[in-house]
Amino acid sequence: MNTDKLIAVIHKIAAKIEEEKAFLTELDNVIGDGDHGINLARGFAEVEKKLDGMAGKEPGDVLKTVGMTLVSTVGGASGPLYGTGFMKLGGALKGRAEITVPGFLAGLQQAIEGIMQRGRSTKGEKTMLDAMIPAKEAMEAKWAETSDARAAFAAGVAAAWEGVEFTKTIAATKGRASYLGERSIGHQDPGATSFTMVLEIVANEV
Amino acid sequence: MVGFVIVSHSAKLAEGVADLARMMARSVPIAAAGGLEDGSFGTSFEKISSAIDQVYSEDGVILLMDMGSAVMTAEMVIESMEGRKLVMADCPIAEGAVTGTVGAEAGMSLEDILEDLAQVGAQKKL
Repeated sequence: MNTDKLIAVIHKIAAKIEEEKAFLTELDNVIGDGDHGINLARGFAEVEKKLDGMAGKEPGDVLKTVGMTLVSTVGGASGPLYGTGFMKLGGALKGRAEITVPGFLAGLQQAIEGIMQRGRSTKGEKTMLDAMIPAKEAMEAKWAETSDARAAFAAGVAAAWEGVEFTKTIAATKGRASYLGERSIGHQDPGATSFTMVLEIVANEV
Repeated sequence: MVGFVIVSHSAKLAEGVADLARMMARSVPIAAAGGLEDGSFGTSFEKISSAIDQVYSEDGVILLMDMGSAVMTAEMVIESMEGRKLVMADCPIAEGAVTGTVGAEAGMSLEDILEDLAQVGAQKKL
């Protein structure tokens, strides 16, 4: 994937987030502070304004700019978390004109580690990590087995949705939902859901 | 003198905590960074950055945060201002602001104030 394609994909992600804004916010109303969709949509709207000026840049630099824009415009926890994720992904792709599957997977690993550190969180705490980590593992396994990018991304999306389902079964120990404790069981995590939607958009474009 | 920035999701809460601290420590530089630019709930990278600029001196600035994105956004602002003496304190925000600013007014160093603030959460009220 080159920069032109990446910019087109980010526009599609922004459109998806805008479309799902109310749904994501509703999920967050139940167990959080009810701002997830609204906040992410505000951030991606600002990201879109910057994309036109990014045409000649490396993909890694585009992703870093996406991350920095989210940090400064989202206003909720998804800003520092998605922002750190995109910045780490971009940093891992530095110097490359194309994003390859192995390059993306290495970057995704960096993004996961960055988000774990930023949120002082780990798998199993009812967060976006419960979708991200299984997705990355499934993609790595499928890629090693088939070297087929589409199959790898499809496996990642399936694992991420399973991760979202898993978040319904556990109590939150991080984020605003942790104030609800056991009462958060039965509800899916908004961050895991939005991550999976984003990954699904990328998978459709591979 | 050590300065303080109060980071909260709520503009009113941040302003209120700063006012509370000013009651006892009138001369201490303290700035509120609450809510988003449009007044809605959230934490703003911009507001935190400019609040730090308002109260910064070589003695350093201590940031007190409520929770979640307030902590993470404050952390990212600090990372973006490499070379400055900026630290986050892990303590209840209102009690920490009073304890910290009173210490600063008495001339305590940033390091000593931080040690005090680490104990604030352990103090029982009843």
